[in-house]
Amino acid sequence: MTFFEGNNMTAGYNNGPDIINSCTVKADKGEIVALLGPNGAGKSTVMKALLGLLKLKKGNVLINGEDISNLKPQERVKKGISFVPQTRNVFAELTVKENLEVGAFLRTDNIQYVIDEIFELFPVLSEKKNQIVGELSGGQRQQVALGRALMIKPSVLMLDEPTAGVSPIVMDELFEHIIKIKKTNVAVIMVEQNAKQALTISDRGYVLVTGQNKFEGLGKDLLKDPEVRRSFLGA
Amino acid sequence: MDFLNAIILLLNFTILPALTYGSQLALGAIFVTLIYGVLRFANFATGDMMSFGTMFSVLLTYYFQSVGINFGILPTALLTIPFAVFMMIFYMLTIDKFVFSYYRIKKSPPVQLAMVSVGVMFVTQAIIRIIIGPSDRRFLDGEKFILKATEFKEMTGLNEGLTIKSTQILTVLVTIIVVSIMFWFLNKTKTGTSMRAYSDNEDLALLSGIDPKKVVLITWIIAGILATIGGILYGLDKSYRPFVYFNNMLPIFAAAIVGGIGNPYGAFLGGYVIAFAEIFLTYAYKKFFSYILPESLEPNSLVQLLSTDYKFAISFSILVIVLLFRPSGIFEGKKI
Repeated sequence: MTFFEGNNMTAGYNNGPDIINSCTVKADKGEIVALLGPNGAGKSTVMKALLGLLKLKKGNVLINGEDISNLKPQERVKKGISFVPQTRNVFAELTVKENLEVGAFLRTDNIQYVIDEIFELFPVLSEKKNQIVGELSGGQRQQVALGRALMIKPSVLMLDEPTAGVSPIVMDELFEHIIKIKKTNVAVIMVEQNAKQALTISDRGYVLVTGQNKFEGLGKDLLKDPEVRRSFLGA
Repeated sequence: MDFLNAIILLLNFTILPALTYGSQLALGAIFVTLIYGVLRFANFATGDMMSFGTMFSVLLTYYFQSVGINFGILPTALLTIPFAVFMMIFYMLTIDKFVFSYYRIKKSPPVQLAMVSVGVMFVTQAIIRIIIGPSDRRFLDGEKFILKATEFKEMTGLNEGLTIKSTQILTVLVTIIVVSIMFWFLNKTKTGTSMRAYSDNEDLALLSGIDPKKVVLITWIIAGILATIGGILYGLDKSYRPFVYFNNMLPIFAAAIVGGIGNPYGAFLGGYVIAFAEIFLTYAYKKFFSYILPESLEPNSLVQLLSTDYKFAISFSILVIVLLFRPSGIFEGKKI
């Protein structure tokens, strides 16, 4: 049994057709799991289903053996599942520090030490803590988004395309941060377009096609797999 | 000496009244901007909600006077503020529960909510007419003047008198206090931060565990305080007449939009921009020029740019100009 698992999930938007079909994603603490696949494969939908933004028609979501399939997103956040959406993932009109404070809204204890930890992880945020997030660069914003999600000290962190729209250098930097996060014993699940780079840093990966698991395996194995290379990695 | 007279003249007839009127507009404009920022619709019932709260203050003032309660040299109406605010918040929450919440949960477009607020406006007007009627009422008591024109003339020996009404000082002071507390609340408290977060990015706020019901509740409470106090101050300074409150909606909306709708700092300053523009453009400067110009150049006409009848045209023009050239408002800065 893995720490966080979505088993045989089938779901769609409202009454529309099923976007994902019997799809299974598992992640253990301290590993990075990449969700890959062509456009429209249902990668983001898998995340929404795991978070509870979509109702499952079949299947279940377990954390630490507990079935949370019927919990609302907010309640799942309380269970330690944090999510960074692809767009609008920061409070652009608030300062860096306020973003972190809002991230810790569910915590009732003293949050100052968590903020200090986040500043240690992302030193650039410490320098800009009183700046409005809307004035930061794209890469810095993504760090704020990660920092906000980490404020509840999650055991599962889900990232929807964390490197969308940033330069290659910033992408490498963000990936380094994600590895650092993983080392704090967090299960990281991420959807990525930059499949090669994502697989390089991932422990395991899932390749989805039309809402179903097509390939899965260790990151390095998937990178070598000729069929995966041909269809998704472009070489 | 003539120069001093000219300054006093302006101070007495333009600057002081504009500061007072501006404060009253500012409170209304912050109300509009807050509702727009958090609940995401333009509340057309603004003027009448201010009127509704003031109505209770007027009735209670009459009651207090009849049983002999007064506030010394200050207006009795100040004592009624907590009760009036309470009734106002109760009314707003009732309306929210039975009217607005339905459209909010359905995620109706803002235009639909704005139209709904027009309905709320008509109902509120009707309730006010049933309870207190449409006539003009004065409920100011206590000391009317802090400084009378004749006293000022005696003190300084100038030709022009300076009158400071107690309501003017009261309006400015109360506005400063209320607005400072509100900004402190929005910026420094956890609840205030959660309101700004909710206004900025609703989905992410929900994911961060912010309770939308609580945010909506707090917003109506703050709005109720602002609307009632703004309305009472206006009524004390001029008089309480429901129709005038309805009319005030235009300058209030103009102030909120000039400041950049959704931005409370902007709305606060916008109130003064509109008030100063209205009063400076409709004041007759003849006497002013007769003080500062040599006799040969003295103007024959009133030197009034616009008749006071065009007061609303000014806020409307400012509104149109701002929407054409600076649609996000003339003040930079953070939104709620």
